[in-house]
Amino acid sequence: MDAPEAPLPPVIYTMENKPIVTCAGDQNLFTSIYPTLSQQLPREPMEWRRSYGRAPKMIHLESNFVQFKEELLPKDGNKALLTFPFLHIYWTECCDTEVYKATVKDDLTKWQNVLKAHSSVDWLIVVVENDAKKKNKTNILPRTSIVDKIRNDFCNKQSDRCVVLSDPLKDSSRTQESWNAFLTKLRTSLLMSFTKNLGKFEDDMRTLREKRTEPGWSFCDYFMVQEELAFVFEMLQQFEDALVQYDELDALFSQYVVNFGAGDGANWLTFFCQPVKSWNGLILRKPIDMEKRELIQRQEATLLDLRSYLFSRQCTLLLFLQRPWEVAQRALELLHGCVQELKLLEVSVPPGALDCWVFLSCLEVLQRIEGCCDRAQIDSNIAHTVGLWSYATEKLKSLGYLCGLVSEKGPDSEDLNRTVDLLAGLGAERPETANTAQSPYKKLKEALSSVEAFEKHYLDLSHAAIEMHTSIGRLRSAKFVGKDLAEFYMRKKSPQKAEVYLQGALKNYLAEGWALPITHTRKQLAECQKHLGQTENYLQTSSLLASDHHLTEDERKHFCREILSFASRQTDSPGQKIVLPLHCFAQLRDLHFTPSNAVVHVGGVLSVEITLCSQMPMPVQVEQVTINVHFSIDKNNYRKTAEWLTKHKTSNGTINFPTETSPLPAPQNNLPALELYEMFERSPSDNSLNTTGIICKNVHMLLRRQESSTSLETSSGVALEDGAHVLKCSGVTLEPGANRITFRTQAREPGTYTLRQLCASVGPVRFVLPHLYPPVQYDVYSQEPQLRVEPLADSLLAGIPQKVKFTVTTGHYTVKNGDSLQLSNAEAMLILCHAENRAVIYSNTREKASDALLRVQSSDKVTSIGLPAAPAYHMIEFELEVLSLPSAPVTGGESSVLGMTESHRKHKDTQKAGQCMATTDHKVSIDCPWSIYSTVIALTFSVPFRTTHSLLSAGTRKYIQVCVQNLSELDFELSDGHLVDPDSNADLRLVPLNAKSPQHIRSKQSVFFVWELKWTREPPPSLRCRFSVGSSPASGGRLSIPLKPYTYEFQVENFFTLYNVRAEILPPSGTEHCRTGSLCSLEVSITRLSDLLEVDKDEALTESDEYFSTKLMYEVVDNSSNWAVCGKSSGVISMPVAARATHRVHMEVMPLFAGYLPLPDVRLFKYLPHHSAHSSQLDADSWIESDGLSVDKHVDEQPDGGGGRCRGSAHLASGGEHRGLPMPRLQALPPGQVFNASVGTQVLVIPSKDDHVLEVSVT
Amino acid sequence: MNYPLYIRSAPTENELKFHYMVHTSLDVVDEKISAMGKALVDQRELYLGLLYPTEDYKVYGYVTNSKVKFVMVVDSSNTALRDNEIRSMFRKLHNSYTDVMCNPFYNPGDRIQSRAFDSMVTSMMIQVC
Repeated sequence: MDAPEAPLPPVIYTMENKPIVTCAGDQNLFTSIYPTLSQQLPREPMEWRRSYGRAPKMIHLESNFVQFKEELLPKDGNKALLTFPFLHIYWTECCDTEVYKATVKDDLTKWQNVLKAHSSVDWLIVVVENDAKKKNKTNILPRTSIVDKIRNDFCNKQSDRCVVLSDPLKDSSRTQESWNAFLTKLRTSLLMSFTKNLGKFEDDMRTLREKRTEPGWSFCDYFMVQEELAFVFEMLQQFEDALVQYDELDALFSQYVVNFGAGDGANWLTFFCQPVKSWNGLILRKPIDMEKRELIQRQEATLLDLRSYLFSRQCTLLLFLQRPWEVAQRALELLHGCVQELKLLEVSVPPGALDCWVFLSCLEVLQRIEGCCDRAQIDSNIAHTVGLWSYATEKLKSLGYLCGLVSEKGPDSEDLNRTVDLLAGLGAERPETANTAQSPYKKLKEALSSVEAFEKHYLDLSHAAIEMHTSIGRLRSAKFVGKDLAEFYMRKKSPQKAEVYLQGALKNYLAEGWALPITHTRKQLAECQKHLGQTENYLQTSSLLASDHHLTEDERKHFCREILSFASRQTDSPGQKIVLPLHCFAQLRDLHFTPSNAVVHVGGVLSVEITLCSQMPMPVQVEQVTINVHFSIDKNNYRKTAEWLTKHKTSNGTINFPTETSPLPAPQNNLPALELYEMFERSPSDNSLNTTGIICKNVHMLLRRQESSTSLETSSGVALEDGAHVLKCSGVTLEPGANRITFRTQAREPGTYTLRQLCASVGPVRFVLPHLYPPVQYDVYSQEPQLRVEPLADSLLAGIPQKVKFTVTTGHYTVKNGDSLQLSNAEAMLILCHAENRAVIYSNTREKASDALLRVQSSDKVTSIGLPAAPAYHMIEFELEVLSLPSAPVTGGESSVLGMTESHRKHKDTQKAGQCMATTDHKVSIDCPWSIYSTVIALTFSVPFRTTHSLLSAGTRKYIQVCVQNLSELDFELSDGHLVDPDSNADLRLVPLNAKSPQHIRSKQSVFFVWELKWTREPPPSLRCRFSVGSSPASGGRLSIPLKPYTYEFQVENFFTLYNVRAEILPPSGTEHCRTGSLCSLEVSITRLSDLLEVDKDEALTESDEYFSTKLMYEVVDNSSNWAVCGKSSGVISMPVAARATHRVHMEVMPLFAGYLPLPDVRLFKYLPHHSAHSSQLDADSWIESDGLSVDKHVDEQPDGGGGRCRGSAHLASGGEHRGLPMPRLQALPPGQVFNASVGTQVLVIPSKDDHVLEVSVT
Repeated sequence: MNYPLYIRSAPTENELKFHYMVHTSLDVVDEKISAMGKALVDQRELYLGLLYPTEDYKVYGYVTNSKVKFVMVVDSSNTALRDNEIRSMFRKLHNSYTDVMCNPFYNPGDRIQSRAFDSMVTSMMIQVC
């Protein structure tokens, strides 16, 4: 602060001021003490306790010590605070009572009286003691007496008002102590005075403020009062408090303006509404603008004066507080506020005046801030100042436009007059900036002086603003300033400079999808490009604008005509092509192939229909629309087969193209959708889950730089492809909206054709869609003729006529009349010819073309099928009936003499699987007219039936049961079931016991046939049987040919009953019934039914004296645990081989349950000794318990299906040989040889009397 | 993402100017958001306050936790609109926007075409003017 030499009143340069303290009494004494005093006083801070709950503050006190004069004391009503003496001090050195009484006392009294007269109560009396002086005078009184006297005389009850200062100029601890006490006292007194006087002042001020609704109240007066307080706070270095005073004044004034706007006007405010005559901006270089202050004091200030002054004070205080950035922020608010307030108060302002004021003020604030900060600080706080920079730029721009400095021609006379008026309002430059080269005043004056100077200043400011915005990342703001600059350049007719700014801004708007700014900027760019003669760019921009719905119809038509007129102008110079992107001209919506699967055979016709949505506002005549096609020989031949063709039908052959090309508001559409997948990572050792998460598979798409994807304006690197394959359509008029265009082409070479580019030509202008996405292809194929034969149903059934479909795909072969298929007949398969067989001819697309009668001629070896004539790439379909002759599956006998043994017939015996049908394959070789090779086709037939047989016994009577199971889905009728003995044994008869035929057999069900076997002589050990039954489908009419019956051959062995086993359980003697828990007797009788037969001749048979016997083993087993067998349950018996020889066995059994219990099983085995010599030594029971026997015990549990074949042929356990013991063998008797007479018998067992526990088990 | 989801201005004659203004104000919104940094979400103030004043308009900002920005431009001379009014208007906007988002047929990121939202904005504008 450059402090000028202050003349005395009015003391205003507050920083130079200190609170005033008056000094009376011994002036020489004070002068001697003053240096120490003024140095010591501010050294230590003192706490200042404040009224109204304000926070206490530590304060360093300084004072301005002046000689006491009565004039210094304020008179009543004088509100000045700065000149107010806060404390009065009387200094005396007197140590002599006499002297005191003579002079000092009088002097003091006078002083006190003056103070009292002005009701000033802040005073202090200082008595300085000096040892040196005391020594000179011997008759001194004790020093205290003087002080006491003074206290007595003046300090009525306030003895602390008198202070002693001892030896002030010496350097001793006592001196120090005395000083400290004195200074503390002085400071306290001062602060007390401040508190009291300021408090009183504030109260007065508040009272004054409360009167503001009264008519005579003046804001300016009040302003002066409150500012006085602010001055004092500033004087006390309490800048915060000082600032608060100004902020309160600011808010008060603002509120009045707002109220005025709302119709509640204060009288005094009208004064501020006087027209603006001076606009010389803020002045911030002086701490106090006395000129403006005086205007306020005189109530002559305008609104701008008041605001300027207020802000300059706030600015000064903020800078003291080291808050320069707040200055910048407040400045912007102030400038905006002032403009608003002037508007609100309807103050008349000459045009441009405010622009000048704002411009000057902005620069003044910026220069003031720059003046108190270093470069680095400024650079790091651009965010705070950039607003002022761009505001200044904006204002200078509007001044330039106002004063005609931006036009090409320069200002006219009217502009010049306006400029002169504006400059006049600036007045003369202030003295404080007169020497500054770059003062705002000089800048403005210079800028308005000439076109060139304006340009220089405007560009400087604009570039600075852009640079600042850019440096702090405010790119949008930078672009916006840039656009202003571009406008300026356009006005100045330098489009080449404007272009870069427009492009930059446009790119930014495009990237963020702001439609209106895009349209507006693009319009500017179009003009710029037109001036620059960038034909291609201009046409591209024009096409974009012509399709822009944010423009009016007329504007769009204008740009459309621009393109069309260019196109028509240039027709005379061929060769020069302008390539523009298609999307802004027209959009490809969909594409449709006919045929719809986009596959054609060589020579076929393909048509492509596209829907092109014209974006132009008017019809456009397009000379030619072409589609560039890329040809490749496709390795994947499958795609070109008729099979592919028939299986892969696109839903309707239409491909839709996304409307992604709309550049307008949705750049987010350009982003691919997130492709997220679950991810599991498992530990390689135990497959446990290590981590899981979600991964994005198209990160590379999402995270790439945005810029490149939206560079629509610069994308005219569209290359025209020249290809040999082109689809063309000429002379098309594109109406606004959807247009359908059809291309037709004849397929030539087989391969894959990919549609690459779509191009519409208008004169030399080519609108090109460089890539069709999604990719579109069509295929041309050439195919070999083909024959396929397949059953109509899921599977073919043997034995009944079945339909088989023949499909001839003609491919490139044309079927002529007389062409025929030659089928070499298989013997076991008949081809049934019907007169009414018809063949249907289909076109490539499965549309029925025609049908014709099929000529089928059969000879012994060959069936000839005459094909109807059919063109290439068609299909002939017809059905034939075939019949697989039934045959008996070979089962049931060791000999497989049955069935035909042709080389091409096989039986796949799948019966082991249970429910599956046995199948038969038939191979047919077919000669086709298009090939010298035969086609061999295999047809698989399933046998619908499964047949099983079993042997049943009743004593010695024998029955054969045959079960026919229908495994197919069809119902059949069975008739003429026969069972014959092919060996025609005269002694045997088979007596049928069957129901009358025909019999119905439903799907998945069975039918049983039974024959009784009768013989007259001793029966043979085995018997062959052949079962045959006629079968025909239950539904459906009569068949044209007789069907061969179904046959089944098998063999039964050892069917003659040798032994009859009868078991009986008798209750204990004396009781009627068996009881649980009590022993009963089991009687088993085994009876031989025949004499020696052929089958008996084996190892077990022993002969002595022509008397034969065999060894049998019996075993009583109760698998259901109803009985407990006591004692031996098995034994070996020697059975005489003679009819009616009987062996009885007695055993004890105990029933375990009550009720009707089935008897335990009695089993018989043939007992074959290993060597007959050892056989008698063995105890059968102990032997049976060895593990070796268990193998054969299961014999009777196995299903009875082996046709009497002996499955139990005893295998001895390996254990026997291992132990080195010769072990006998057991052989189960074939089931036909043993008849169990008591099977199914039950015995009543009643519960024992003493057992009342009834066990109930529920399952 | 700074593409506009919804823009409405009344009166419509100076629409373009407001578009530019709102677009430019995004600079300050971005600045304020990044200054907020990683403050805890629930402690974060959604209201950004005055973004910047211009001579004739005041531009206020608000940002949701999902970084959807609301910008409101009001006439400077409209002294009835204090901070509290602006805040409550933003809150209304936010609520209505939440309703829009709750619509299962609304695809987040699409332009808002909800009639409810539109009429809410209309009523708010009528109230203010």
